[in-house]
Amino acid sequence: MLEYAILIAIAMITLALILNVYRLIAGPSVIDRVLALDTCYINSIALIVLTSLHFKSPLYFEAALLIALMGFVGTVATSKYLSRGDIIE
Amino acid sequence: MEIIISTLILFGAFFTLVGSIGIVKLPDFFMRLHGPTKATTLGVGAILVASSLYYFIFQDTISLNEILIAIFLFLTAPVSAHLMAKAELHKRNSDMKKPD
Repeated sequence: MLEYAILIAIAMITLALILNVYRLIAGPSVIDRVLALDTCYINSIALIVLTSLHFKSPLYFEAALLIALMGFVGTVATSKYLSRGDIIE
Repeated sequence: MEIIISTLILFGAFFTLVGSIGIVKLPDFFMRLHGPTKATTLGVGAILVASSLYYFIFQDTISLNEILIAIFLFLTAPVSAHLMAKAELHKRNSDMKKPD
């Protein structure tokens, strides 16, 4: 039962990632694309955790932590640049 | 116990999907910003709790990595949402001032 739940959840999150990629391509402004990319990072964290549950190996969590960190830094830097014209003042 | 973990996983995946549907369907940027914040807190949080429970019950190891990822996500999601809202607000203000 857990196996089927994990497979269904992987399919749902892949669909969510496809919807994010649609907004990333079609977004009317730059900040929409930043938001879509940030949501892509978060959904891929969920996908990596589910992959780790599927293969029963705890080796994937470092990758999830790194993606969380790099995604946050990228979003903050881009938003800061868009709102102030500079990243570190 | 397996039923609880499966329910948590499906709950989290459902909320993640709802957040991404919101990012496609909603008309305005601030409404779009509202959707994925819920997806982060509820969806990914539920999946991380399910993974922690799984490793605690079936593999007999206490894995603190999920807790670390959950704390980091809960701390950083409001900060990045606030900065994105500030960037959009700045853009709208400068668009409004331009015709004068």
